[in-house]
Amino acid sequence: MIHTLSISELTVSRGERLLFQGLDLRIQAGEAVVLTGANGAGKTSLLRTIAGLLRPDAGEVAFHDGDGNPLDERLARGRETHFLGHQDGLKISRTAREELGFQCDWLGHVQCGMDDAVQAFGLAPLLDLEVRRLSAGQRRRLAMGRLVGSPRALWLLDEPMAPLDARWRAVFADQMRRHLDADGLILAAVHDPLPLPARTLDLGGLT
Amino acid sequence: MFGLSNPQRFMAFTGPLTPVLWAVAAVLLAVGTWLSFSVPADYQQGDTVRIMFVHVPAAVWGLGAYSALGVSSFFALVFRHALADAAARAAALPGAAFTALALFTGSLWGQPMWGTWWVWDARLTSVLVLFLFYLGYMALRASIDDEQKGARAAAVLGLVGLINLPIVKFSVDWWNTLHQPASFLTPGSSGLDPVYLPPFLTMLAAYGVLFAALWLTAIRTEIRRRRVLTLRARKALEA
Amino acid sequence: MSRPVDAEPRPPGLRGATRVLLERELDLAWSGGGGPLLACGFFACLTAVLPLAVGGDPRTLSPVAGGIAWLALALASLLSLERLFERDLEDGALDLLALGHLPLESVVLIKALAQWIAVGLPLALTAPVAALALGLPPALVPLTALSALIGGAGFACTGTLGAALALGAKRGGLLIAVVVLPLFIPPVVFGAGALERAASGQSPAPALAFLGAYVLFAGVIAAFAGAAAVRNAQG
Repeated sequence: MIHTLSISELTVSRGERLLFQGLDLRIQAGEAVVLTGANGAGKTSLLRTIAGLLRPDAGEVAFHDGDGNPLDERLARGRETHFLGHQDGLKISRTAREELGFQCDWLGHVQCGMDDAVQAFGLAPLLDLEVRRLSAGQRRRLAMGRLVGSPRALWLLDEPMAPLDARWRAVFADQMRRHLDADGLILAAVHDPLPLPARTLDLGGLT
Repeated sequence: MFGLSNPQRFMAFTGPLTPVLWAVAAVLLAVGTWLSFSVPADYQQGDTVRIMFVHVPAAVWGLGAYSALGVSSFFALVFRHALADAAARAAALPGAAFTALALFTGSLWGQPMWGTWWVWDARLTSVLVLFLFYLGYMALRASIDDEQKGARAAAVLGLVGLINLPIVKFSVDWWNTLHQPASFLTPGSSGLDPVYLPPFLTMLAAYGVLFAALWLTAIRTEIRRRRVLTLRARKALEA
Repeated sequence: MSRPVDAEPRPPGLRGATRVLLERELDLAWSGGGGPLLACGFFACLTAVLPLAVGGDPRTLSPVAGGIAWLALALASLLSLERLFERDLEDGALDLLALGHLPLESVVLIKALAQWIAVGLPLALTAPVAALALGLPPALVPLTALSALIGGAGFACTGTLGAALALGAKRGGLLIAVVVLPLFIPPVVFGAGALERAASGQSPAPALAFLGAYVLFAGVIAAFAGAAAVRNAQG
């Protein structure tokens, strides 16, 4: 299981634009780090780089287990990393139940995990609706279901709470707390401060 | 951004080389053309045999250019080298032009030889398919807005095309035997009269050097274009 | 309430993940405007228009029936390719697919497999009917279906690769056609060739063998090149 995420000397650019250079970061089990910075500072790109969706120009992203042994990158990402981006990855023509089931199964757990997800985010009344009928907040809750439905150690969250109202923000904060208590790792790009103790990494990015 | 050091060395090295290549190509073309018209006409084909001195070298180097494109694509993909990508991009247009020239002259040759402008002969069909490969490559490269992504997608396609080319060629040849057409005197078929060898080989060399000159010039232009883009981007940031 | 991370991760196994993705892809293929029906409809339209264009004389049509069927198959296979990756890229599902237990190469192959089942299979069943209508000898019906089935796998693999390459492109559908059709030449040649050889009393086996070899080759190329193209589009 991922115990430590360490980023060293990471340089990422998009096209001609250098986003950040020589970035170092270390997150350990039970720790949350909040990523701040101006729009375009590279918060999303950093998260995508850690998730392996973006190739850095230089530097390294490494995963270690509790004994300090390095983990295979592909396995660490493919089995133990959640990435929740701006987009929910939901198919509008399918029902919420089908989509939640697919996301939970594909990312690696079993149907019983889906029940936890439904309970955690109050998804029961939505399950038989097509995704196209759901509001942005409902879709986000549905997408969040996979965090609970298929447990993975590292959560990479990109503005996770943006479409949620106060009630569901509190629920999600609670889920994050549980995740940390269970030795999970969280790296979240947010505009508003997270409602839980977290270190902050500021990417700055004043243009 | 583009690993400027290597392109710089490349520019320094090819700077004096390119004009030399152009000069050699011009001389070879002139000599080749003169030789082409000084050899006697073929007893069967008459003067049309001279088209061969344009047609076959163009076809050969059209294929050569695609190989250059495919190999450059491979290096661009594996080593992510900007110069290799510029080389792949630069090979496409000259290669497509050579291939188009081969198709055009092939059809010109077909008219007196076969009485039609186009014959579905295996060799000519293969050249046509090669041209389609070029079209696909250039279309893909042009349709993706993000230039870096377009470059990499095109590199994948270039490599896939290179691997597929022998298979397509094989299938076309197989198709040809299946339909067993009347035995045409195919362009560049065996039994070339030795008298035609000097102009043919000269033109083959001329086209090769011409392609090299075109290719190098295009690569150099591409590198300069990127420098301009980089400078502009930097200026925009400073402003 | 279970503690998420405490629970020992129980991966569903590679076969489970394959099944899960395949089911989703098939569902999407059917729900997105009835893709297979659309492909078969297009195929039927093509074979109906052709006699009207060249004349309905059986002496003209019959010799080329197999060839026309193969051309129509190749074109109909192009139809639903655009949705294969583009929608997953647009709605973010491609990120999800990249973070599963299976490598992206397998994801590409599973998508090709789904494309084959959803489009290739119905087309392979329609092809003999169309070929018969064009005047193909009835004895060749089983061979037509068999070769269309094998060739359809080739179309699906190469088409999936084309769809991955065209990610992020303007007018993706048209682009896929231009990129993919030259690569469709071998299966069309071998498939139509099998029918032609059989019609002239020769054994179609070599043509079918070539066709099968092409499918294997196309599968390998599609997996690696397709995954590279998807990663490129995501990055």
